[in-house]
Amino acid sequence: MRIALFITCVNDTLFPGTGRAVVDLLERLGHEVVFPEGQTCCGQMHYNTGYRRPAAKMAVRFVQTFGDADAVVVPSASCAAMVREHYPRLGQNGSRLSRKVADLAPRVYDLTEFLVDVLDVTDVGAYYPHRVAYHPTCHGLRMLGLGDRPYRLLRAVRGLELVEVAQATECCGFGGTFSVKNGDVSSAMGADKARHAVDTGAEVLCMVDNSCLMHVGGILERQRSGMRVAHIAEILAHTETSAPAVPPTASPATEGARR
Amino acid sequence: MSATFLGIPPFPEAAHTAVEDSQLRHNLRKATHTIRDKRGQVVGELGDDWSALRSEGAAIKEHTLRHLDHYLEQVEEAVQRAGGTVHWASDAAEANEIVTRLVQDTGQSDVVKVKSMATQEIELNQALERAGITAYETDLAELIVQLGDDLPSHILVPAIHLGRAQIREIFLQHMAEWGVPAPEELTDDPRALAEAARVHLRERFLSTRTAISGANFVVADSGTLVVLESEGNGRMCLTLPETLISVVGIEKIVPTFDDLEVFMQLLPRSSTGERMNPYTSMWTGVTPGDGPQEFHLVLLDNGRTDVLGDTVGRQALRCIRCSACLNTCPVYERAGGHAYGSVYPGPIGAILTPQLQGMSSEVDKALPYASSLCGACYEVCPVAIDIPEVLVHLREQVAEGPGHTGEKAMMAGAEAALSSSARLDAAQRAASLARGAVPQHLPGLAGNWTDTRSVPEIPEESFRRWWKKRGEGRS
Repeated sequence: MRIALFITCVNDTLFPGTGRAVVDLLERLGHEVVFPEGQTCCGQMHYNTGYRRPAAKMAVRFVQTFGDADAVVVPSASCAAMVREHYPRLGQNGSRLSRKVADLAPRVYDLTEFLVDVLDVTDVGAYYPHRVAYHPTCHGLRMLGLGDRPYRLLRAVRGLELVEVAQATECCGFGGTFSVKNGDVSSAMGADKARHAVDTGAEVLCMVDNSCLMHVGGILERQRSGMRVAHIAEILAHTETSAPAVPPTASPATEGARR
Repeated sequence: MSATFLGIPPFPEAAHTAVEDSQLRHNLRKATHTIRDKRGQVVGELGDDWSALRSEGAAIKEHTLRHLDHYLEQVEEAVQRAGGTVHWASDAAEANEIVTRLVQDTGQSDVVKVKSMATQEIELNQALERAGITAYETDLAELIVQLGDDLPSHILVPAIHLGRAQIREIFLQHMAEWGVPAPEELTDDPRALAEAARVHLRERFLSTRTAISGANFVVADSGTLVVLESEGNGRMCLTLPETLISVVGIEKIVPTFDDLEVFMQLLPRSSTGERMNPYTSMWTGVTPGDGPQEFHLVLLDNGRTDVLGDTVGRQALRCIRCSACLNTCPVYERAGGHAYGSVYPGPIGAILTPQLQGMSSEVDKALPYASSLCGACYEVCPVAIDIPEVLVHLREQVAEGPGHTGEKAMMAGAEAALSSSARLDAAQRAASLARGAVPQHLPGLAGNWTDTRSVPEIPEESFRRWWKKRGEGRS
């Protein structure tokens, strides 16, 4: 299958390791990955902060860039939800944008949805000999309804021990610009999420969104917690022949970025 | 008793203080998780029936709001036919004037109150106080708040921010000022606290001849008012006095008595986590020889008609004040109710207060941002108010208004960098060149990040650079 990758601006700029992992993973599963170079950002930050017009422009760019794709895979549940759930609200009824969105949105998938629903695979042949805690991020949980898909993918990874985080469905406190506009509450929420994650005794905290991981990972690093974070793509891409997941000098929160 | 929300700073500043209050954090964590879990059990046991009930509740409310002019006239006619008097109040000042005059007409200087959000919203107690009338709150939590000269911090449990040791202190110090004192040997055992309140209130119920209430529902075709409560204090206020004055927001109407069937299931399960409400009082006008012989209904607009004109925002008027959104909200749990600067705290307050008040103050403008948009509130709302959708809608109004120049500049900068892949590539390359030089503690808005979180290391190359090189290597 020919798969168009929407990397997202955050992954493109700060976490290219996640993008490389998605490419490795999908190619290993026998598919062709293309990267439409005109892509930039889904517009979620502008939309969620109240800047609707810039967000609408980015939606226009998105449908132009990906309109012909058979499937668009996004290694971020939040950005996939932006396209699927919020783009339909951006165009006027009957407008060109709303027609294009209605056509394209059903072919836009979060990575885990794409693997389980479209490729019909849960064992992706990964090997990751670590104890991993999974936090279901809010937009994946409540907007996309990812359900047990990420858990099924992780349980099928050889060597991986999956553990439950207490209060798992509670928001980590990132919330985009909420993290700086309401930094105190955001940090309080993040501190609790970090505590619940550390309490699992896992080495790695995994999510399907690097933005939320950047927030909780940033707290874990400041606390010298000794816990590292990893996007699910990086775990699923990892095999027996991969380099060790954690080079001895890597800093926990930015492991993905440095590989 | 003149505590007021005036003077509470905008949400981020108020929350800054709240998140550092360990006692508050403990009280809220304990209380919200307890109610949250109870709600989860009694909603979960209904399975798919719950979503059907929820859709039905939303549909009834939506229908009523769309035809509110019709149902309001029906209410007026039905209540008057049953021997009540209907008054129309366009805003808080007018409602307060009407109620003050009605109390003065009774010749009384004391009134007992049933817990009511509408009268909190219009600050009725303060208005009565200015006219020399003392309003006695009889709901246990409202009593605690009143005795402590405090402010309510939750719709259902106004004293949720207080622990039982704090409540004992308040009873011991202040009950005597208001009537029957607390026993000297009072402990912080919940039973002992409730008993002290019971003894204190009982005398008040028996000696006061005028009561003021709100209502959870007003049935249009019969003119019946409905109050749901858990303690029985409301029943006392609604049956013992000679005069009853009810202040009710115009959005509280349901068309028919049958519609209550839906809400009698939705509200208790969402609110207190109970299958059935303990004390449900209903009255229709005046019944000779039974209960209050004079009944006044004050129908309150106070901004509601303006909200009805907003096709996205008006769903907030479906709210049945259950508090499920507060109890599930991770922001509310950490910031507490006072930080919202209004009698309506939590997610529903963040969309209701700015709309009712017209987004006029800095407090109002900060409220739509008091959310991480996690969506937990929408998930639990028994009338399916898409609170995140309304929050974003209100943020648009704030962003289109004046001020926020720093944020607007940042958003414009980001928009420019993201307006083409070439520009994004250039910005990424500039960032990569500076990658070793990013400090871990930044000034300004970015400092709100670096206060508690490390800055992710900027990679040597962006994904798109890697992709391009990879392609060149292959060709």
